[in-house]
Amino acid sequence: MSTTRESSAFRAQRLAPYLFLLPYVVIALSFTLYPLLNAAELAFYQTNGPASRAYVGFDNFRFLLSDAVFMKALKNTAIFATCSVFLQLPLSMGLALLLNSGKSRAKAFFRLVLFSPNLVGQIFVGILFGVMFTPRYGLINRFLQTLTGWGLEEQWLGNPALVMPAIVLTSLWVWVGFNMIYFLAALQSVDKSLEEAARIDGANRWQVFWNVTLPSMRPVVIFVLITCISGSFQLFELPLALLPDSHGNGPDNAGLTVIGYLYQVGFDSGDLGLGSAVGWVVAVVIFTLSLLQIRLSGAAKEAA
Amino acid sequence: MNALHALLFAALGVALVLYVRSPKNPGPALRYLRNVTLIGATILVLAPFFWLIAAAFKDRSVFNSYIFFPPPSEWSSHTVNLDNFRRLLHGDDAVQGKVYFWQYLLNSLFFASAGTVLQLFFCSLAGYALAKFEFWGKRTLMTFMLGSLMIPGVLLLAPVYRMMVGLRFIDTYHGLILPGIVSVYGIFLFRQAILAVPGEMIDAGRIDGCGEFEIYLRLVMPLVRPMSAAFCLVTFLGSWNSFFGPSIFLQSQDKLTLPVILNLYIGQYSNDYGVFLAGTLLAIVPPALLFFALEKEFVSGLTSGAVKG
Repeated sequence: MSTTRESSAFRAQRLAPYLFLLPYVVIALSFTLYPLLNAAELAFYQTNGPASRAYVGFDNFRFLLSDAVFMKALKNTAIFATCSVFLQLPLSMGLALLLNSGKSRAKAFFRLVLFSPNLVGQIFVGILFGVMFTPRYGLINRFLQTLTGWGLEEQWLGNPALVMPAIVLTSLWVWVGFNMIYFLAALQSVDKSLEEAARIDGANRWQVFWNVTLPSMRPVVIFVLITCISGSFQLFELPLALLPDSHGNGPDNAGLTVIGYLYQVGFDSGDLGLGSAVGWVVAVVIFTLSLLQIRLSGAAKEAA
Repeated sequence: MNALHALLFAALGVALVLYVRSPKNPGPALRYLRNVTLIGATILVLAPFFWLIAAAFKDRSVFNSYIFFPPPSEWSSHTVNLDNFRRLLHGDDAVQGKVYFWQYLLNSLFFASAGTVLQLFFCSLAGYALAKFEFWGKRTLMTFMLGSLMIPGVLLLAPVYRMMVGLRFIDTYHGLILPGIVSVYGIFLFRQAILAVPGEMIDAGRIDGCGEFEIYLRLVMPLVRPMSAAFCLVTFLGSWNSFFGPSIFLQSQDKLTLPVILNLYIGQYSNDYGVFLAGTLLAIVPPALLFFALEKEFVSGLTSGAVKG
């Protein structure tokens, strides 16, 4: 009697992990693996809506490479990613350093405030800033006018040269505080005695930061850097809401991103095949970045 | 020279005075500069929020007359009122009949809550299995999971959309929610947290005759409650703000979520900013309340993966 109960308990224990993982496996097979294979196939077809399709070989990719609009979208996205890395991350790090040396109660307050824009969805941010960039009356235009005397009548969202700066400025508001949270958490786990030793050896603040603090934050810095770049390559909702008159394209396509292009060809025009091809281009970029992250953080672990 | 310049000069002047008084010990001057910078950053970050609140309550006729609120002397029901909200809430005419703004709010609430509850359940269940069981195929499965983290969601949108059309799941909430009821990110987060639960406790539960699911529900889950709260917040916020999926999958006016309808409103009310800004204000209040209530869990939940990983 007791042996059968025991064996049934053991059987339950053996079966349990499979049952617990079953929902994930079903979802992953049907909504990740199958669509992935499907996307690989679909990229070689031209489709008109979800139902009809025709095999076109590599034509989708050939078309993308020769399409000036796609190239423009790729260029815009790359510019945005570059600006994000070189403006967002130093600003985030600067604020994290300032906060890290402060008192803990003030620290909690500033951290809360600086992070708060991240609660607002990209669509909402776009709506908000779209009105704040209004010539003559917008908050940003008035602020710039007061500060520098320039910018009151500037058509941020109507001038091709100013569209990307406007998107970058808006993204700073959203993401500087987000990255800062990660940097701050990393700064708090840096070994204080190492910094102290460097200071006793006569290193100045900058040398301590550059040679001691930054290297010991390396895994987090790499994580934030890669997240920032791969996030930048998926930028879509912010320009869409910021530039509503042109569905996120902006004047002269100055605000068009790669994902915006995907949305338009795939879902507005109904060519899911071409959309899949664009998806693969993004996937290759992000995949390369992820591999880079694994290599770099692996190297960091070996060095440590 | 204006008030803003005067303020900036004064702030720099104080720093200079502090430095000149004791050039050999720049500590106080640096501390002062740090605080000024942080306060400046705080003002820059909060200004758009304050501006949004003002914009939502200002009357249409005076929208551009004041940057923020009108001065107290001009404050009246003609300048500051609930008119924008009244026009926002008067409803849209659609094929489905009249659709009111609270419908979109409820839709967003339902979509985000249902997704969050299901993810909490399925991710923690799978995370528990990976943390506390040894079984055939575990390594293969985990390798597959890690690999799938690198697939960007946008790549799968077109094929998933075709599947949804085939399954007749378009324009339904179960179709919208189903692909997101479990995520690899969530599973790994729970696995990490549950690894710290002592195995003796689970064995003790088995000896006491608990079933495997009971152990998960009664013993393991209560121990990872802080992590669960953080996970729920992050997931809820993600669904609440998500746009791409709902904008593709949902079609009927009475099923739309807040980001989708507000994006439509920008075009519909193109010069009547107050209406869609009032809507935006209503859309960011619920996540803000959640965040302020659970701020500590939120931050720790966000950073736990990165710093330890």
